This record gives sequence, structure tokens and C-alpha cells, in this order.
Amino acid sequence: MAENSHTSSTATSPKPDVLIIGAGWAGSIMAKELTEAGLSVTMLERGKDHSTAIEGTYPKSIDELRGAVRKRLFQKLAHSSLTIRNKPDQVALPYRQLAAFLPGEGVGGAGLHWSGCHFRATEDDLRLRSNTIERYGKTFIPEDMHLQDYGVTYQELEPFFDKAEKIFGTSGQAYTVNGRIVGQGNVFAPDRSDHFPLPAMEDTYSASLFRKAAAKVGYNPYSIPAANASQPYTNPYGCQMGPCNFCGYCSGYACYLYSKASPNVNILPALRQNPRFKLITQANVLEILLDGDRKKATGVRYVNTQTLTEHTLTADLVILTAFQLHNVHLLLTSGIGQPYNPADQSGTVGRNFFYQTITSSRVWLPKNTFSNQFVGAGGAGVAIDDFNQPGFDRGPAGFIGGSPLWVNQAGVKPITAAIGAGGKGKARWGHTYKTEMIEQYQHSLGIEAHGSNMSYRDVYLDLDPTWRNAYGQPMLRMTFTWKDNDIRMNQYVVNKLQDIANEMGATRTQLNSLQYGQAFDSRIYQTTHLGGGAVMGDSPTTSVVNRYLQSWDVSNLFVIGSSAFPQGMGYNPTGLVAALAYWSAHHIRTSYLANPGPMVQA
Amino acid sequence: MTSSQHTHTPKAALSRRRFMEGAATLGGTLWGNTSHTHAETEAHSPQQPLNAQTAPNIHDLPSSYKPQFFNDEEYLFLEHACERIFPQDSHGPGACALGVPRFIDLQMNTPYGRGELWYLKGPFINGPAELGYQLPYSPQDLYRRTITPINTHCLMTHDALFVELSSAQQDDILSSLENGQLHFNDIPGNIFFEQLRTNTLEGAFADPAYGGNYDMNGWQMMGFPGARADFMDWINQNGASYPLGPVSMPPSSQAELNEGD
Ligand SMILES: Cc1cc2nc3c(=O)[nH]c(=O)nc-3n(C[C@H](O)[C@H](O)[C@H](O)COP(=O)(O)OP(=O)(O)OC[C@H]3O[C@@H](n4cnc5c(N)ncnc54)[C@H](O)[C@@H]3O)c2cc1C
Ligand code: SF4
Repeated sequence: MAENSHTSSTATSPKPDVLIIGAGWAGSIMAKELTEAGLSVTMLERGKDHSTAIEGTYPKSIDELRGAVRKRLFQKLAHSSLTIRNKPDQVALPYRQLAAFLPGEGVGGAGLHWSGCHFRATEDDLRLRSNTIERYGKTFIPEDMHLQDYGVTYQELEPFFDKAEKIFGTSGQAYTVNGRIVGQGNVFAPDRSDHFPLPAMEDTYSASLFRKAAAKVGYNPYSIPAANASQPYTNPYGCQMGPCNFCGYCSGYACYLYSKASPNVNILPALRQNPRFKLITQANVLEILLDGDRKKATGVRYVNTQTLTEHTLTADLVILTAFQLHNVHLLLTSGIGQPYNPADQSGTVGRNFFYQTITSSRVWLPKNTFSNQFVGAGGAGVAIDDFNQPGFDRGPAGFIGGSPLWVNQAGVKPITAAIGAGGKGKARWGHTYKTEMIEQYQHSLGIEAHGSNMSYRDVYLDLDPTWRNAYGQPMLRMTFTWKDNDIRMNQYVVNKLQDIANEMGATRTQLNSLQYGQAFDSRIYQTTHLGGGAVMGDSPTTSVVNRYLQSWDVSNLFVIGSSAFPQGMGYNPTGLVAALAYWSAHHIRTSYLANPGPMVQA
Repeated sequence: MTSSQHTHTPKAALSRRRFMEGAATLGGTLWGNTSHTHAETEAHSPQQPLNAQTAPNIHDLPSSYKPQFFNDEEYLFLEHACERIFPQDSHGPGACALGVPRFIDLQMNTPYGRGELWYLKGPFINGPAELGYQLPYSPQDLYRRTITPINTHCLMTHDALFVELSSAQQDDILSSLENGQLHFNDIPGNIFFEQLRTNTLEGAFADPAYGGNYDMNGWQMMGFPGARADFMDWINQNGASYPLGPVSMPPSSQAELNEGD
């Protein structure tokens, strides 16, 4: 079918029932669900159209310089960026070069170039505040920490986690299905209604070493659920995936083999055939328009990024799926809800912004052993959840949250490896550097502590007073740094690594953890797992959307993405983003459409 | 030392005259000779996009390359500085033999080189390092505004250009750039150094189509198989070394590769 459907809007186009802002995972899921419900849907995307047939053609798609280094698929910062500061008393400065996080742009969003670690959240993640208080008492929560429940339970979300895995073609190994032990999956994972649609990915050599060593030390290793296809697969939409060959060009690249789940491969081929669906690319939405009493959205105003002409579209329902940062930005520029003010903690938009703690440690193997780090798949690997699982006693350790430890060898390419080598007392250039860098590439492997980050009173998003994007709008301002609770958690978990490394036969180990007082450094890649700022919950004083992700202020607006998470978890976000999208769509279809209006009374 | 001085001492003036007159014939320390002249390089406007006609043949030896963006003085500096960062040794070729200076020169006439991938709107305010790059300059500007002042600094302190210094002296200068002890104009040495180090390593390991990684020798050294991108039968071979050498992308024109997306 046609790969590109560049359509330009005209004033005479018939009014769609639904406007969707952003063509990533959340937007594509919502578009599919709502067209299935018989609605006409127009999806607006600020970037270009993307398809495997074009962006994914071998070998140009696997060119490291063009891909992960020059970052061709990511947000075009020259047009729009944001400003960053660590503390509220600093002047925030523009994020001028992509580094710490890499938002997507173009059809598929970051879902085109993500890695594919595909997790479910646990009941503990969704009820973190209540569980913490029940277990340790209210005083265990630091005074400045904004811990909240999601307002939805694992039981309620389970069918939607299951659906997302079937759409994504996720490879994994279950531990229990309907309460019965069925295999050697993650013993700490919540119960499932069905198996993963595909068997787990194979272990790379590095992952197999980690698996054996972790088990020997007494931990419970499992295969990371991966949205990389371990076998050929056709999903319920009829979209096909080919088996992943561990090409190693996953994170930051479009998959040339149709093996990594993306909106482009797993949803859009079905959507594009639907006459009720229309995609408008290079349409940057500037504002969600409201009616006179500001209780209903009437449509959107967008700029065509090529002609720089402005257009207005109207619809009955508006779905905001522009990614966490841009969801918050658009709410602020549209004047929807009250912006969060840390001084008196009033307002909700921008509140409970958080990130993900991640530190990468390194294990060197003997020189006759090659880690072949260039082999790998984005979501594949072996993890332990012993320090992330609900039952792990945080009391003596004195922190809230947790972190899996894993070998997730996603394919390390030489430019990135060379730039990252050295430092921490080691040479960064010259003869010694060259020798050590080559040895590190050939004989070492990385182990990550990929953990939670909580929400805090003085960590938030608002509009910047100074810097503007190419369309004259104030840019988003991020106030963020690491906090002691999360540093303590990271250090605790990283310290558990030494035993595993020894068991792996390490000739040398470098443990890296966050340090107290260390400011968040925007120059170093962390993850693109940003969250919060438009969180879900049960009260409009502490959340922006209700448990169905419907705006408390504007009932025909739904805001979907990791912006809805009230605080972070140890896992990657997209499994929960997709489940929340399906959950919200289900309730729009089964309840809202028959009876439009607030689904929860404030 | 905290910054380059611009006071003219007679000695420096003498050297500078020598520098201005003789830059084109000075080099040679790495290649034996360099024949290009200022007149040739100035014919290319820095803004002029590279097209297929001016694209070099990447199968040519890097030493025969005539820079399109940099002038001779700048290019000589690059050859020497990149080689100190990534030197030739028993593992394999260094930056020059890999074509790193050629790679950097070619990168300058791309959207990246022109700073079009960065958010470069003002105002520009200095801040803590953690908040990232805050200068108004593109990669082109960073090189253009720094290399000549580094040479001037070398003339002041050593009565010689960077390329004429001993390896140890060159390393000292690079170290003072790296740790921010030197800065030139409003560009802190460490910002320039990181730009140079990053571009050097990119040039050592990017696909040869971009003008560096000559003959895939960078990849050979690393044991990286390049564009093979198929490890179905090599997911886990118990730590054995991968048996196949690298492959690169089929030759395609530089202009096409750098068109941006
Ligand atoms: C390199 C990388 C690796 C990752 N790996 C993983 C992983 O292994 N596991 C995991 O769970 N997550 C991973 N992620 C995160 C994952 O990609 C995101 O969680 C996911 O894509 C979020 O989906 P979304 O629909 O909310 O946003 P996106 O997929 O980012 O889509 C949002 C879309 O909205 C568009 N948009 C924004 N603003 C506007 C506007 N004003 N007007 C019109 N359109 C707009 C954007 O251009 C974009 O296309 C990774 C991310 C990156 C960058
Ligand atoms: S590693 Fe697998 S899923 Fe990832 S890009 Fe390569 S083939 Fe696709």
C-alpha cells in the first residue's frame, strides 16, 4: 500500500470527529481504536512521513554517523527545543544539542527508533503511595516527594497490557498465566492472562554470562520482554513482522527488517487503508482551541512547517499524544488547566515531572574472550528484578523505588564506543587511550542499573520566559536534578553488581553510580524516559487527567503518554503508555461516546 | 596561562610573518609535502553546498586530498592535532592515514557543519557545564575561530606553529585545551577540544563514504564488521571472535549522504 499519504488540509475538508496530535505510539493506537469505533480521525504530525520502505532501506538506515550520531530521526532542535536548569533559582538555558534525551519527530514518533524493551507496570508501581504508607508509614516518604497512585489497578489494565503485547509482537517468557506457573519467566512479574505472543529472544554471549552468574549468586534472571520479533509474526491488525537477526542497529535507527515493533510497521499499514483515517504531516500544532467557557475543545490551530501558513481544524474530540514533553507544552501554550507553581504547590500542569535513573557499569573479560558488542537487539537481554520487585524490603535500605539490573546489549557501534571510552581517570585520547579503547570494545560489556526516579516539589515543567521556538512560542522549561532518595537507590543496587561481575569472570570491573550532589547533566545520554507533568489521578488538585486520561478541565480532551505517570518506575515506559492508551480508548468507546462529558465527577 | 595574548612582540611578529608567508610549504611533517594553496581553497565559499562534482573520490589516498572548507594553515593544524588524538601505533593507522582531516573538512559543508542541527537562537548566556553548549557558533565557526589563535599562541610561547612543535609540546597544548586552561576569543579550550576529539573519532569510524575510516581500517582495528548487520548465527558463540571482516556501504555521492533528513 501507499507508504506516504501527505495530505494538505483545506478549509473545505469535512470536519473529522476526532483530531489526534502526534503520530507516535499513543497517537497511532488511539487512531486505530477510534476508527474501529466508526469515527473519522485526522492525525496531525509535526514531522515528515516515515516508513520502513524509505527510512529503513539497507544500508543507509544502518549508517552510524547519519543515524545515532547526527541523529537524523530525532527532534529537529533548530526549530524547537526546551530550556533546562537544575534548580528553581537558576536561569534555565536552551538544550542546544541533542544529548541527554532524544525525542522523536515524524510519523512513528520515538516509536520508530526506540529499542523495544517492553514491560508491564506492577501493582506496586501503580499504587506506590498507598503501598508505601501501608508498609512503612507516611513518614517514610520524604517531605518534598510527591508520591501518588495512578488511580487504576493492574487488574484493570491487564487486558490492555496483553493487547499491546499482541499488537507489538512482543517476545518473552511468562512465569505465570492465570495463576499457574508456565515457564522460566520473571518470578516477580505480575500474573498474566496469556503468554507472550512470541518466545523470548536468545541471549547474546554477554547476556548468557550475566544469566548464569546472577543465578549462581542467588538472584532470579529472566529474559527482558522485547518488542523485537524472535520469529515471523502477524499481529491482530494483519501487520507482519520478520525475525530479528540481532543486527545491532536498533536504538536510534529504523529497523530495516520489519522486526522491531513501531507504529509504522505494527499499526499504520492497517490504518492507512481506512478511508475514515487521514494523516497530515509537517503540521505542527500550536494550540488546542477552546470554546467561550473554556470547558470544551473546539479543534486545533497548526502551522504547516513547509509553507509556514496557519490552519484551523475543528472536531468533537481532541486527543493529545505529542509525547510527554510536548503534551505538557501544548497544555501550557493552550492555557488548559492551571500551571504548577512550586512556591505554594498550586496548579497541576507541569507538576510531578520525573526522569529515569540509569548508570552503566562495565565488566572486562579475559583477552581471549570477545564480547562482540556490535551484536545485539534493542529489547533483548537478561535482567534481574530482585531489587525492583514489590516484595523487596526497602525499609533497611531507606529508599522508595527500585531498579532492575541488566545486560541489554543492543548493538554497540564504534563511533559511540570510541567517544564514550576513557575518562574517570583513564586517558581520553592518545596512545594509551587507543589501546584501552580497543580492548574495551572487544573484551568488555556493559551492565545497567535502570531504575526509578520519584517526583518532587521543585522538579517540574513550565514555560520559559526568554527563549522561543521557530513559531514564536515560549519554549518549555525543565527544572530537574537528581535527589538523594534516588541516588541512594541507585548506589544500593549498583553495589550488588560486584558479586555478579566476579562470578562472570571479570578481570576488571568499573561500577558507576550516581553521586550525592551530582547535578543532572544534559550533555550525556541517559534515556528518553521522561514522565509526568500531566499526571493521572483521582483528584483535580493533584492531577491533570482522570483515571481515563480525560482532562479534568476540558472533557472532550484526552492526554495520553508517559506524561500521565505520577512518578517513575524501574522499567521502561512504553508498555504502560500503550496499555493506558488502549485502556482510555476502551472507555471512550464503551462509555464516553454514548454519553460525552466528564467520566469522573471532580 | 588563562588566555591567548594578542600583544605583538617582535619575535612573534617575525614568526607570524614567516607563518603567513610559508604556511603552504610548512607542513610536510606528516605527508612529506602538501601542495594546495590558499588561492585554491578560497575559491570555495564555506556556504557553498558540496555537490557531486566537488565530492572527492574516497578511494583516493587521504594524503592527496585538497581541503574545501579549511585553508592550508587550518588543515595542517587538523592533520597534526587529530593524529595526536588518534595516533598511528601497533594497532593500526592513526587519524591522518584514516583520512580523518578529510572527513572533518567534508563535514563542514553539511547541515551539521553549518550548525543547522543545533538550536542556535539567542540570547546566549554562559551557565554551568551541565546545562550544555551555550555558544552561538556552528562547528564551522568553532574551527575557524580557534585554530589560528592556537597557532598565534604557539608562536607567542614557543616561537613556532603548532605543527612545528614536538609531539610532547603538541600534547601539552591539547591538554591545556582539554582541561580548559586555554581559551581563545570567547571559546573555552575544552569546548573546542571536545569538538575536535568527537569529530576525530567520528572520522576514524564512520563509513568510508564520508571520507575517513580509509579502506575500513578503523573498523578492522576495532574488529567491527561494519554494515554486515546480520548476526543470526552469531548471537552467542561463547566469546569467540567474529570471523568476518567489515563491509561498507556501496559508494554513493557525498552530497546524497549529507543532504540531511
Ligand atoms: C533511542 C530511544 C530508545 C528508547 N527505547 C525504549 C525502550 O526500549 N523501551 C521503552 O519502553 N521505551 C523506549 N523509548 C521511549 C519510547 O520511544 C517512548 O516512550 C514512546 O515512543 C512514547 O510514545 P508517544 O506516543 O507518547 O510519543 P512519540 O512516540 O514520541 O510520538 C509523539 C509524536 O508527536 C509529535 N509531535 C510532538 N509535538 C507535536 C506538535 N506540536 N504537533 C504535531 N505533532 C507533534 C512528535 O513529532 C512525535 O512524532 C526509547 C526512546 C528513544 C528515543
Ligand atoms: S536488532 Fe533486530 S529489531 Fe533491532 S533493528 Fe536490528 S533486526 Fe531490527
